[in-house]
Amino acid sequence: MSMEFNRKDILDMESLSVDEINMILDTAVSMKEISERSIKKVPTLRGKTIILFFYEPSTRTRTSFDIAAKRLSADSISLTGSSSSIVKGETLIDTARNLEAMKPDIIILRHACAGASHMLAGRLNSAVINAGDGMHAHPSQSLLDLFTVREKKGSIKGLRIAIIGDISHSRVARSNCIGFTKLGADVVLSGPPTMIPKGIESLGVSVVKNIEDAICGADVVMMLRIQKERQKNFFFPTEREYSKVFGLTREKLKNGKSDILIMHPGPVNRGLELASDVMDGDYSVILDQVTNGVAVRMAILYLVAGGVRKC
Amino acid sequence: MLILIKGGRVIDPGRIDGINDILIKDGKIVEISVKGSTAFGSELKEIDAAGKIVVPGLIDMHVHLREPGQEYKETIKTGCAAAAHGGFTAICPMPNTNPVNDNRQVTEYIIDKAARECKIHVYPVGAISKGLKGSALSEYGELKDAGVVALSDDGMPVMNSMLMRRAMEYAGGFGLPIISHCEDLDLAAGGAMNEGEVATRMGLPGIPNASESIIVMRDIAICELTGTPLHIAHVSTKESVHAIRDAKARGISVTAETAPHYFTLTHDAVKNYNTSAKMNPPLRSEADRQAVRQGLADGTIDVIATDHAPHAAYEKDVEFEFAANGVAGLETSLPLSLQLVEDGLLSLTDLIDRMSKAPARILGIENSLKPGAPADLTIIDLKKKYTIDASTFESLGKNTPFDGMQVKGEAAVTIVGGEIVWEAG
Repeated sequence: MSMEFNRKDILDMESLSVDEINMILDTAVSMKEISERSIKKVPTLRGKTIILFFYEPSTRTRTSFDIAAKRLSADSISLTGSSSSIVKGETLIDTARNLEAMKPDIIILRHACAGASHMLAGRLNSAVINAGDGMHAHPSQSLLDLFTVREKKGSIKGLRIAIIGDISHSRVARSNCIGFTKLGADVVLSGPPTMIPKGIESLGVSVVKNIEDAICGADVVMMLRIQKERQKNFFFPTEREYSKVFGLTREKLKNGKSDILIMHPGPVNRGLELASDVMDGDYSVILDQVTNGVAVRMAILYLVAGGVRKC
Repeated sequence: MLILIKGGRVIDPGRIDGINDILIKDGKIVEISVKGSTAFGSELKEIDAAGKIVVPGLIDMHVHLREPGQEYKETIKTGCAAAAHGGFTAICPMPNTNPVNDNRQVTEYIIDKAARECKIHVYPVGAISKGLKGSALSEYGELKDAGVVALSDDGMPVMNSMLMRRAMEYAGGFGLPIISHCEDLDLAAGGAMNEGEVATRMGLPGIPNASESIIVMRDIAICELTGTPLHIAHVSTKESVHAIRDAKARGISVTAETAPHYFTLTHDAVKNYNTSAKMNPPLRSEADRQAVRQGLADGTIDVIATDHAPHAAYEKDVEFEFAANGVAGLETSLPLSLQLVEDGLLSLTDLIDRMSKAPARILGIENSLKPGAPADLTIIDLKKKYTIDASTFESLGKNTPFDGMQVKGEAAVTIVGGEIVWEAG
């Protein structure tokens, strides 16, 4: 049986069906093997043009998409906010129309505003992949997190996933609330009450006040990056107090499951939200996430570019 | 020129309700009679109003005309044409033009321009503070003398409570009401839509209800302290409705308005990053919408105003957070408001009061259907069904979340000073 992936764009986890998510994860399994070869390149997307359009700084995601494109033999072009015409006052939609006029197949967009990718997707013929839009969504991150957990645990269904930290400002948290819930996991959130957004329970997740309660019984603990400048808006008093109350330490993991996984979308503030020894410790799969990111993004590019997966 | 309006149901809330003929001569109403008019002559223009209602001219006490300074969004002329199309005989432009209407020259410019280019009444609102900066009072004596009918720092709310106190005290001496745009800028900072489930799901920064009600409550306290009439602009939250209802019960001289989008839509309209549903204050929850409707029904909210805020299309065709706030409201207000009557929330008489008599009372404008009064009136076809089509707007602003909506009721004829300024085709 062969199943076709009919989605033009990858915008958020909400719009992806469970079948589509599983198809991406299954495809990523075979893609992962390519990166293990000595010659890490297949001709699959030869002749395809992919534009990486990053209005916001990014190391991991941009490099990961770029490597994914190159391993599939696509031609990738990288544009950043400062090197594009945004500084000259051109609107996003006008810039995108100009890029489209050069006939790319896929545009990968990272933007500080929620909905930016949705806006382009509705106007462009090219496929649009959301590489992070404001606080809204980061589907490729969620997919690589799902892939990593599935790889380590065999299945997502029935797992308890704790996501801890600045939920309010996190597109990773939102996408993972939706992604993990869709695949049958229970998601529990914790963090400073100032950083738990109103109505987040509507995503089918629960919220607990103490991070110890979130960790208790969790199969996965995903720590979120805390942005130090949030102190200015009174979200938390000091880094010292944050790391003490909301940071993940070996002490807080004492009552955790023996096979718990520690994840983080990066970049980590070492010693702030994540104690240094925990970050480097046995439970940490943070670098596996990064490795898997390339495979998952290869799968996304392949499927969006019109690939058919035989299964 | 003689105009005879025949056979319409004439409603002047509290005074008249019945089938009457109205005879207009030299810009004034000369006769309102049940027995049919006796007028005739070659100059006579007859308007058949059978099956329609004839009401005192609608007044929109909260609009943005953008001139001077942003004529690409709207001009005094196009804004007035939009108003006439919507059934309004008078509008009150807010002072956030460029330059700001905080002085006699700008007020006179607006009034002169309107007199030369437009056929409806334009009653400007002057700025509470110089440049809308919230740090010094404008010259209210000069502004009043030049023709402003109220004062407001709409869009740039006064955060300094002492300045607000002095503004209200000082304005009281000139008989000028204060129209307050209630928004705590610190609480609302960075927000793009209503705080709550929808904003959380969309990843947009939220604006809590409290950012409005906290200033509503503050300004009611200052109103109580100073005794100067206070008018609360664009009420959007249930907490504001409660605060105003309570203040009225205690005899404080506060009035309030809301806009059709707040009693018609909720924050659900923002889904899919729909920038045409972006405005300030933002569309709120269903509970807020119901409270606003209840406030209109029981008279807590006195007035329906549009907060007509026209923008160029390209100012809405951007990322949601960067999109301009506002709705072009003049040409959709009447059918959306008539829906309240259809829904059984308001009597037709009460609705006409909210849209014509109440704003006139608050601003001290004469607006009655009686012999000798200026012939400012609106003939409304309650039965006309159509689809809102923004491309047919007289306004330069086509920004509306109601484009494509099926509605009922339109201004058939708008008459100002005895002159027909709009007649539906």
